[in-house]
Amino acid sequence: MADSVGRQVDSINHATEEDEKKQEIIRAKGEGKELTKEEKQRLRKEKKQHKKNKKDDRGPPEKEKEKASVPAPSKPATQSPAHKAAPVPVNASASESPVAAEKPAKSKAELRADRRARQDSERASKPGKKEVGQQSTSSKPKATPSELQPVKRLPEHVQVDDPAALKKLAKKLERQQVPLRSDYGYKVSLFSHLHQYSRKNPPTQQISIPVTAIHPSIVRLGLQYSQGIIAGSNARSVALLHAFKQVIQDYSTPPNEELSRDLVNKLSPYISFLSQCRPLSASMGNAIKYIKKEISNIPNQCKEEEAKRRLQECIDSYINEKIILASQAISKYAIEKISDGDVILVYGCSSLVNHILCEAFEKQRKFRVIVVDSRPRLEGREALRRLVKKGIRCTYVLISALSYILPEVSKVFLGAHALLANGYVMSRVGTSQIALVAKAYNVPVLVCCETYKFCERVQTDSFVSNELDDPDDLIVTRNGKTHLENWQTVKSLGLLNLVYDVTPPDFVDLVITDLGMIPCTSVPVVLRVKNVDQ
Amino acid sequence: MPGADKEMDLSERIESFLSELKRSGSGTGSLRGSAETARETTALLRKITAQARWGNAGELMEIIRKEGRRMTAAQPSETTVGNMVRRVLKIIREEYARSRGSSEETDQQESLHKLLTSGGSSEDNFRQHFPHLKANVIEAINELLTELEGTTDNISMQALEHIHSNEVIMTIGRSRTVEAFLKDAARKRKFHVIVAECAPFCQGHEMATSLCKEDIETTVIPDAAIFAVMSRVNKVIIGTQTVLANGGLRAVNGTHTLALAAKHHSTPLIVCAPMFKLSPQFPNEEDTFHKFVSPHEVLPFTEGEILSKVNAHCPVFDYVPPELITLFISNIGGNAPSYIYRLMSELYHPEDHEL
Repeated sequence: MADSVGRQVDSINHATEEDEKKQEIIRAKGEGKELTKEEKQRLRKEKKQHKKNKKDDRGPPEKEKEKASVPAPSKPATQSPAHKAAPVPVNASASESPVAAEKPAKSKAELRADRRARQDSERASKPGKKEVGQQSTSSKPKATPSELQPVKRLPEHVQVDDPAALKKLAKKLERQQVPLRSDYGYKVSLFSHLHQYSRKNPPTQQISIPVTAIHPSIVRLGLQYSQGIIAGSNARSVALLHAFKQVIQDYSTPPNEELSRDLVNKLSPYISFLSQCRPLSASMGNAIKYIKKEISNIPNQCKEEEAKRRLQECIDSYINEKIILASQAISKYAIEKISDGDVILVYGCSSLVNHILCEAFEKQRKFRVIVVDSRPRLEGREALRRLVKKGIRCTYVLISALSYILPEVSKVFLGAHALLANGYVMSRVGTSQIALVAKAYNVPVLVCCETYKFCERVQTDSFVSNELDDPDDLIVTRNGKTHLENWQTVKSLGLLNLVYDVTPPDFVDLVITDLGMIPCTSVPVVLRVKNVDQ
Repeated sequence: MPGADKEMDLSERIESFLSELKRSGSGTGSLRGSAETARETTALLRKITAQARWGNAGELMEIIRKEGRRMTAAQPSETTVGNMVRRVLKIIREEYARSRGSSEETDQQESLHKLLTSGGSSEDNFRQHFPHLKANVIEAINELLTELEGTTDNISMQALEHIHSNEVIMTIGRSRTVEAFLKDAARKRKFHVIVAECAPFCQGHEMATSLCKEDIETTVIPDAAIFAVMSRVNKVIIGTQTVLANGGLRAVNGTHTLALAAKHHSTPLIVCAPMFKLSPQFPNEEDTFHKFVSPHEVLPFTEGEILSKVNAHCPVFDYVPPELITLFISNIGGNAPSYIYRLMSELYHPEDHEL
């Protein structure tokens, strides 16, 4: 945060932690975060320079006002940062040193150093005010979190209907040399705030060859995402982390730069590119946050090879802990819930649920599985193949036959894409329907989810934040006739291919996580515990 | 001889009708709407009345019952056939009673009082011969046919009473009644329609393209998204294959999920069904209620390696309990599901419930 008068070194660290926490809170909302953080840091830096050049000895109350005005640009109104960014650089560039203008994202280390220097000088000039300053600043940390909470910025991918946000995104992408992907087809009016892309135009086609700004493994990853070759939140996160390992391996620090700062900047255009290919999932968002934190925590005196090795180890341990070991822990808990003679219903293809069922089968539990699938993705067939290969007895139906098949079912196991802070489960579209009908038939619903997918967002319906898949997927040819073939030409026809939906917590009986079995409403508790740990 | 010719002609007609019924049920032949089936059944029954050999009402009823049993056995899921047979039987009873001069009402009520006091059986075994019975019955069947012609229009005329402007209406699959209903309302009002495609046959696609031709804003969604979009829907209007005696429905699969989602969001569920779909069956018989078609619609033969190890089901119908339904709109007006049993007693005689 900008304000630092009268703080001691540890409260500065505390402030940077707050800073980081605030960044994490904001980042946890989803995609396109780089803009926010960079914008924020740039703003803050420029404001500081601006004010430093004006007057060196300002009183604490004025610094407080300054601090209160800085959260203002990060309020949900997206126009204000655009406006503020415009006049502030104008003033600042006049007064700033050219070096500052060239480095738009100052690292925390530098900000820390700045603040320390200023604080030292002011402490020397104002010994009396120190006590007052300390008290007011000690009350400020309590004030800052509550001030921080409403200050979340809207992610870009839910502002497609706002032309100002689109222009800002276009400028940012141009700066990062990432191609902008254009929307496709008629969008249903309820979803005009979301993107809708066609699978036939991947953004990789618009990149010039040779690619200079984006690492080739990232390009490949982006293509795999946009074509649906890699799907499923665990698979996407693991692929992302492996690609980042490759990037780190190939990275070499340019002269006069620090690895901790520069690598983070290098990652920003990659992340923009990936979110253009397919909006980032909550698990990917958390993984990126983790990596960035690890990178920024690399001490400056660390050698490059050593730093790279350390980062690779961090990534490996993250994958191992959060995904592999977590799934083993979840299987252990879940297998307690599977008894002999059970008929278990699963929906779509969740890697975690498949893993649980395979483990339970190996442990000689006698059960049979009903796989429910839905158009247009038909992911259930993949789950069916895996389970049949193991030798588990399976039945396969489409989701419209759910009411027919549910009287036979004893338990429902569902996977999740993310667990939101208000207890709602965000998962593949159709999950809420299964939970609804299972509740009507009094069948218990168990959701299995690793803790790294927990997300600070809150959402009550499936409209405000979702992903629209290619509408052409709904077209089907039966008996030689394709009714929807020319749907684009028909003016009043729209096709809606949603990817996610949210399930209210009253439909879910239990959530099995690597921390244990919790009710849906305990998600914010877990998030808080995680934040405190970090 | 002309008589024998007529008989052969008649039995040929019946055979061809039966074979068409058998073929249409598999989903591969031309899918006929229930209205068409009802009309053809009634026309066939009229022909039987005209051409078969019978002396009195009892014999005629026996003939019709026999043919009716054969027709329902050919395609048990097509209940309109049985319904029309029962309607014709009721017509015969009424005409007989009218010819005899006694009022029709008294025969219907099976009250406890009647059972105790009248003592004997329903005395008339329909043995009396009336010369004009045939003509009367045929005339009454003609009236029934005209009624059948007008059912869709009667239902569509009520559309404007139920749809206001800027509504979002959800429907599932393809129902000609609902299509006509919505198109009629669209002539005067603007609203949006969301159609759930109803896999695996995806009849929702046809419905959507047909609605678009009348410039109705339509959106097609996959079945999995029904609950997700339900919060923005104002009304759910569906058609059905059969209305059961308890007010429940036997409708296309996916309807029960739709009804549950509507109940959860307190969205009214309106069923547009003409009276000939009302059947005196109850949903008790579990094994005869469901109808299945080939599972290759669900899991095609291209998935060969796993096909042999997997059970795949493709049920065609769903049962929707009457608690989830708000309103029935039929050609005689709107009714609550709790009133359906009374309507049944007006249409069918209790002795005809079992053909």
